[in-house]
Amino acid sequence: MKISKLNIALLVVGLLAPLVIYPVFLMKVLCFALFASAFNLLLGFVGLLSFGHAAFLATGGYITGYMVQSMGLTPGLGILAGTAAAGLLGAVYGKLAVKREGIYFAMVTLALAQLIFFLYLQAPFTGGEDGMQGIPRGHLLGFIDLSNNMAMYYFVFAIFLFGFWMIHRTIHSPFGQILKAIRENEPRAISLGYNVNQYKWAAFVISATLAGLAGSTKTLVFQLASLTDAHWHMSGEVVLMTLLGGMGTIFGPLVGATTVVGIQNYLSGGELGNYVHIIMGLIFVVCVLAFRGGLVGEFQKFVKKNFS
Amino acid sequence: MFDINLFGLFGQLLVGLINGSFYALLSLGLAIIFGLLRIINFAQGAMYMLGAFGAWLGLHYLGINYWVALFVVPLFVGGIGVLMERYLLRPIANEDHLYSLLLTFGLALALQGVFTHAFGSSGLSYNIPEALKGGNRLPFMYLPNYRAWIIVASLVVCGATWYMIEKTKLGAYLRAGTENPALMQAFGINVPLIVTATFGFGVALAGLAGVLAAPVYSVSPDMGSNILIVVFAIVVIGGMGSIGGAILTGLGMGVVEGLTKYFYPEASTTVIFAVMVIVLLTKPAGLFGKET
Repeated sequence: MKISKLNIALLVVGLLAPLVIYPVFLMKVLCFALFASAFNLLLGFVGLLSFGHAAFLATGGYITGYMVQSMGLTPGLGILAGTAAAGLLGAVYGKLAVKREGIYFAMVTLALAQLIFFLYLQAPFTGGEDGMQGIPRGHLLGFIDLSNNMAMYYFVFAIFLFGFWMIHRTIHSPFGQILKAIRENEPRAISLGYNVNQYKWAAFVISATLAGLAGSTKTLVFQLASLTDAHWHMSGEVVLMTLLGGMGTIFGPLVGATTVVGIQNYLSGGELGNYVHIIMGLIFVVCVLAFRGGLVGEFQKFVKKNFS
Repeated sequence: MFDINLFGLFGQLLVGLINGSFYALLSLGLAIIFGLLRIINFAQGAMYMLGAFGAWLGLHYLGINYWVALFVVPLFVGGIGVLMERYLLRPIANEDHLYSLLLTFGLALALQGVFTHAFGSSGLSYNIPEALKGGNRLPFMYLPNYRAWIIVASLVVCGATWYMIEKTKLGAYLRAGTENPALMQAFGINVPLIVTATFGFGVALAGLAGVLAAPVYSVSPDMGSNILIVVFAIVVIGGMGSIGGAILTGLGMGVVEGLTKYFYPEASTTVIFAVMVIVLLTKPAGLFGKET
């Protein structure tokens, strides 16, 4: 009962927020929250640390941008194409990455993502260092003009809810229970007869697809697809959002993404702009040393200790 | 294919060997640290960058010349490594190893940020020391002295490290600590001290690589992260099972990269990652790795 009340409250906040806060900022938060939630599915619920999720965000972004700008696809179809491309890439990368565990998994995903970074740097359709600019938002279903920020916001909000619901369903399905079993005790899951690598791969594909959805949506919001999204900094940022919010919690990535995007926005305006990476790095260190549950995780612990 | 320009080919081969020397030093450091601590030091690239900046700052502010820097800077960087292990990594040594990866990643990010803030991202230049200026004209190529020095120095350091770990008593302690730290402790050997020293040594190797690199690459804040990701791929290719394997894979991949630059330059940035994919498909544990 408590959770559903919280869900409704968040839904209402999401619906009313653009009346108070600048919608473009909110859309950025929602895109990164979806990205971090997709990443958290892998880290928090299967225990796999991917250091290459930027590849899927960028693939979603570039393919959507190309489809909408050069092929003249509608925004809806463009997002579908970008998401599908990221999912395909995830299927290939996942097959390679699940061959190794733990620290090797992190290194393999990082290296594969760097491969994608260099491909996008050299590929003719991405615009190299300049990226793709001026991607039109177009009309949703032919009649909703997305160049209006309010219309765009509710479209992004709907996409976010869909992605969030997908992750929620995955975690609470029998499939999700097996993922958690793999996280807790992999040898035991193997001994019970589960094909562990197959499950890890499936989780990887779902995570990559939703990360691609976040990238596709982000491209339409900012009408821009650039190499920043493919850079390893981006892979690190999504790790930070998840860690700061609380890995393995449903709402952690949402809180983490809001906090990180908020900090970045705040810093980039002022004279502290040069310190962004230093501050992000220090937050990492502090989180790991003293705050491993993240904001949501520590809060839950606090509530459990004092109110039950 | 038959009108191969020998000068060009050997030139790229030399560049490959030099890159390979740095890959070897860095992956050797990673392998030593991994062997005992079971963690990957994401800040290894930042320590390499610190080594290069250390040499530059020493020269410009303290008048420390290259030869002194070659000894002092790695000691300094190793000292930072010792502090890092003692005060940041040890408290979380019993947690999931992913946390130490994240911690070192955060440190790398912060260090790179500090240097970008202080020196900008354009890069500084460091002059080749007087004694190593000039070069020799060989029948098939021109060999600058400093480049030859990098290869020789790196081979000597890698060889000495290999010898120390595989053939000496200290090395035997280290290998035993890798196998069974609890038993070692029971025999009265101070394992935490060995762990700290090992981490410091692994990091010092990165600092040394940084000093060696300062005169050939531009000294810039992102020099570490760029090379580190390639080194990670090399570590996956070689597997971290053996010290010799890390050295050989590092050098070998440098040569592969150099040859690619000659025959098909467009793929030179991606070839090592492509090799990694092939190795993952055919021999997932790596060329020198043991299946665990």
